[in-house]
Amino acid sequence: MTGNHPPVQDWAHDFDHTDPVWARDPYPIWDELRRSCPVAHSDRYGGVWLPTRHEDVTRVAYDTENFTSQSPIVTEGRPGIPAPQGIAPPISSDPPFHHDARRLLLPAFSPSAVDRLESFTRGYCESLLDDLADRDVVDAATEYAQHIPVRVIAEMLGFPPGDADQFRTFVHNLLETVDVPVEVRIENFGALDAYLGAQIEDHLAHPRDDLTSQLLAAEMGGEPLNHEHVRGTIALLLLAGIDTTWSAIGASLWHLARTPADRLRLAEEPGLLPVAMEELLRAYAPVTMARLVKEDHDFQGCPMKAGEWVLLSFPAANRDPEAFDRADEVVIDREVNRHAAFGLGIHRCAGSNLARMELRVALETWLDRFGEFCLADPDAVTWSGGQVRGPRTLPIALG
Amino acid sequence: MRVTVDSEKCQGHNRCGALAPALFEFDDYGFASAVGDGQVPHDQEAAARLAVANCPEYAISIDEDGV
Repeated sequence: MTGNHPPVQDWAHDFDHTDPVWARDPYPIWDELRRSCPVAHSDRYGGVWLPTRHEDVTRVAYDTENFTSQSPIVTEGRPGIPAPQGIAPPISSDPPFHHDARRLLLPAFSPSAVDRLESFTRGYCESLLDDLADRDVVDAATEYAQHIPVRVIAEMLGFPPGDADQFRTFVHNLLETVDVPVEVRIENFGALDAYLGAQIEDHLAHPRDDLTSQLLAAEMGGEPLNHEHVRGTIALLLLAGIDTTWSAIGASLWHLARTPADRLRLAEEPGLLPVAMEELLRAYAPVTMARLVKEDHDFQGCPMKAGEWVLLSFPAANRDPEAFDRADEVVIDREVNRHAAFGLGIHRCAGSNLARMELRVALETWLDRFGEFCLADPDAVTWSGGQVRGPRTLPIALG
Repeated sequence: MRVTVDSEKCQGHNRCGALAPALFEFDDYGFASAVGDGQVPHDQEAAARLAVANCPEYAISIDEDGV
């Protein structure tokens, strides 16, 4: 969230997902739009649509004929690398290219592959909490949640763990700061590109058993991957798992810190955590994706023009009362929960097994260590805006 | 009761694997299929229904009379 755009007065006709009001509490905005609109439009970013009903979000997610994924982040400009490959395959790719590009990655993120990372992740979470043991107040966002996905993805890619601060800068500049001029975006991409270039050189000179070396050796249709493909995929792996998972961990801790009944229930019934976690993912889903309209067409009565964006708000879909009972409440033991926090259709988050493991281990470790905790200062909590929403400052009082 | 996974619809969310691990298995890419011929033991029927009700892609179905 940077607030570079004028404040929003009319959410139905001039919405902006970087507006500070949206970042602070988007749910009433979506609820109102869902009742009265339900597909909002804005001329900002060169034209962008916002479906708010679960049914409409699903329809767009499944429709790869009318919508392209070639750039999943809404910005002032338009992507430089066209479909079907796009800027960061496979998230930016369309069929049929998408299918093979995605299959290169899936084995590294399968349930069994992720199981093998669990003890490393748990050990890391324990060590973070060891460092906070004597404190009365900690920032659970910056001192705990944000470190976990960064450390795990550095391990998987074979990047130096000491570069974590740089990763977070890339994430902030590229994913959270989207309401800036195109020149600034290009500059920000340049910094990431230079970093990845150096890592790739190092892996080419010294191949090892990690995901980067694996991608450098990978082939599609008997050919090595092109340079943009390898670099785009590594950029995706580096960036996509960081502030998303950090947001999910932070939002879950925020909820538990301000909801003693749920916190006590989990302390008494640790076995409920996998179910509770899915409900927290539904209620506070961090990630909104985007598509570009391929050709002019009518979508549910909306005249969509080629080149306009569509924000694919899985968080808004997850709050649709047509799709969920008591959609606006956190029901910590909700058994039937077909939520869409990790997307729907062929672009289901490739890292969802990893994200779930990190979230579960982060919460288990925290709850095991701290029986009592609450928000130290509810007004001091800040949230990121844009397409990944989660707490960025989260002071929690321990004990 | 018999359970089946539609491989055209499954996107590998792994919700069924978490809720009914005895009934589903996964390939190297994380896509689900029913274990064996999909036959559900009596003590797994509730788990099977839960898996159906939580699949975001509506990929799992149950044949109540399947043998």
